[in-house]
Amino acid sequence: MSDPQKTADAVLKGNVRIAARLMRDLDDVCPSAIEVMKRIYPHTGRAFLLGVTGNPGAGKSTVVDALISLYRAQQKRVGVVAVDPSSPFSGGAILGDRIRMQRHATDSGVFIRSLATRGHLGGLSRSTSDVASVLDAMGFDVVIIETVGVGQDEVEVVSQVDASIVVTVPGLGDDIQAIKAGILEIADILVVNKSDREGADRTVRDLVSMLELRGHDSAPVEIVRTVATTGKGIDELANAIERFRARNSDDSAARSRKRAEVTVRELVLDKFRRLTDGELRAHLDLLEAVARRTLDPYSAAETMIQHIGKKSD
Amino acid sequence: MSEKRRLRILVAKPGLDGHDRGAKVVARALSDAGYEVVYTGLHQTPEMIAVAAVQEAVDAVGLSIMSGAHMTLFPAVLEALRKHGGGDIVVFGGGIVPDDDVEELKKAGVATIFRPGATTQEIIDWVEKEVRK
Repeated sequence: MSDPQKTADAVLKGNVRIAARLMRDLDDVCPSAIEVMKRIYPHTGRAFLLGVTGNPGAGKSTVVDALISLYRAQQKRVGVVAVDPSSPFSGGAILGDRIRMQRHATDSGVFIRSLATRGHLGGLSRSTSDVASVLDAMGFDVVIIETVGVGQDEVEVVSQVDASIVVTVPGLGDDIQAIKAGILEIADILVVNKSDREGADRTVRDLVSMLELRGHDSAPVEIVRTVATTGKGIDELANAIERFRARNSDDSAARSRKRAEVTVRELVLDKFRRLTDGELRAHLDLLEAVARRTLDPYSAAETMIQHIGKKSD
Repeated sequence: MSEKRRLRILVAKPGLDGHDRGAKVVARALSDAGYEVVYTGLHQTPEMIAVAAVQEAVDAVGLSIMSGAHMTLFPAVLEALRKHGGGDIVVFGGGIVPDDDVEELKKAGVATIFRPGATTQEIIDWVEKEVRK
């Protein structure tokens, strides 16, 4: 890890051990990893980034497993970043998405990495996009990002990928409560998995009518039925993904710019958050004054901002 | 940095026995202790375990073996880890393993083996002492 250029070169050559350690350092926010990323970034942007999100238990990992098989049959190399939640109490996590994909473990054309959210909201870990970039730079053709099981607003993945799949299942109740609002809006393709179950037709109908509620100028969203455990419908899903890519090839540049904006903004905010935390600790007297009401919080905040401004010059 | 680093541990069941309750209890206990536990499930070959451990950049691999095949499986996992550049990853285990075999496995490079009666706290204490270095 000492020489960032050496590490970057090894990653670009596809060294699994060194790339995996870099991912660990990114997850642990080691400054040395940033130096490596600066050298790797120019070599990213070649992989197709696919987001897979959806309800807990909908079968996201099994859909990903089936997609790995399909892409491997097409001789494409596949990277997977699978995110599971950290416990807010212990900080620990059980990362179990691999269980469904382990049959690909010894295929050197597949790299699977599990990440815990580590307190980050939005369905991803803070490190997810960087880890995906490492896989991209290693030359994986497709990089699949699987989010935690999401409810209604864990939609960060949309800013990180070229296409988002939302996986749901029959029988989640009236009007598919759990995937309404944000999560439905981010879907480029909707998957009704476990579609051999009772209620699949109803679920598809509900999704169609919810899509119809959107404006006339909304982008078309295909609905695909799958039974991921048997592979049924996965071909059709891959075709739907290809059609989406073909339809949207024009605005891939716009997507890239948007992603750049999100990434840079996050990095800047992150830096300011840490500077702010430092200033707060360094000026406990100000906080004490606000608590005793001898100072108002607005003036205290302005003073802090001036301090931070001087520091970042 | 190292004292703050969040440990990652892979828990796997190699071989053919299907008794995964112990592995699941340990995985849960390690997670409750604040570690990130990659759980790969049943029927893993040494090769699958080693590749997963390297890709996941874990600090340690915990194997649960109840089948009696420990004298074959532990060395095979160690060998596969070395082959994939993960020779520095700590390997420990749990299961029904006789005294003599424990000694021999330790000589072969297994860090320790927890046997029936070991508490999850003992395992966590051991991880804190031996894996967090």
